[in-house]
Amino acid sequence: MANPLRREVRQLYKNLLYLGREYPQGADYFRERLNCAFMKNKDVTDPKEIRKLVDCGEVVIKELGTLYYLREYRTMKKRFYEEELLGLLNIGRPID
Amino acid sequence: YIVTIRVKPDHSGVVTDGVKHSMNPFCEIAVEEAVKLKEKKFIKEVVAVSCGPTQVTETIRTALAMGCDRGIHVEVSGKDYEAMGPLQIAKIFAALAKKEEASLVILGKQAIDDDCNQTGQMTAALLDWPQGTFASEVTIDGEKVKVVREIDGGLETIKISMPAVLTADLRLNTPRYATLPNIMKAKKKKIANMKPADLGVDMVSRVEVLRVDEPPTRLAGVKVETVDDLVAKLKANGTI
Repeated sequence: MANPLRREVRQLYKNLLYLGREYPQGADYFRERLNCAFMKNKDVTDPKEIRKLVDCGEVVIKELGTLYYLREYRTMKKRFYEEELLGLLNIGRPID
Repeated sequence: YIVTIRVKPDHSGVVTDGVKHSMNPFCEIAVEEAVKLKEKKFIKEVVAVSCGPTQVTETIRTALAMGCDRGIHVEVSGKDYEAMGPLQIAKIFAALAKKEEASLVILGKQAIDDDCNQTGQMTAALLDWPQGTFASEVTIDGEKVKVVREIDGGLETIKISMPAVLTADLRLNTPRYATLPNIMKAKKKKIANMKPADLGVDMVSRVEVLRVDEPPTRLAGVKVETVDDLVAKLKANGTI
């Protein structure tokens, strides 16, 4: 594996592992799935392929960030806002 | 914010030992707004402040990872921390705002542990600054701030002059998640340490908690098969 790519892959793994700590179904569940995903591709040598896979990983990072944000947003909305009140507000912003 | 809360056996409060603490969700939105204003070049520097024991530095680090430039940890621990409420925090913020010559103090509208919704308002009063509370949109226009507020009747737009206090409501923005590379970079940022006494603030509480109880448990619902069953049950209950 080319050196800079090796560093990127490792950084991607660490970032995903860090994000997975708050995964709703449990950090262990996430870690297992993460390891499987990385092991499945361990024999890939073509730099272009590796680049594509790393980009997929970046997308997953963004998805996780959004997942966590939505979970927090929905919990706060349920706890603090009456349903009727929401109808009066101009809801053009975050969905739900 | 997702931890299960339990009341202490002596009803003096809620169990906090060993419970995972994180930044107040509304304060996350406040930090995000401050960082956004800096990115748009409306403000020069964002300082993250938190009051409490040593664990509080973790929360300040999260704020630094979200983009704040430096942090201030006002150390309050033990009995002072247990008795600390919006008034004491507001006094600390007011003293700091003057000391740091801040043009904006941005905080969450309320803390989800005590639901007071008082700190922002008290800070503005102590500083004699205008306040834009329950902000769902903030625009800086020269020396003035246009704030769209979420109120009971709908939305209210006000224009206030700086320096001002703003409190963030849920729909102000979507806070960024502090990823590992940002947290690593934040380790280089400074967190200053000080005590309330350094700011001339007395932490004596004027409020005494008498008792803390759990809310009454909700009774399980009863499922019925048909509309007739529902009517019969409601009649038996004396509801109709």
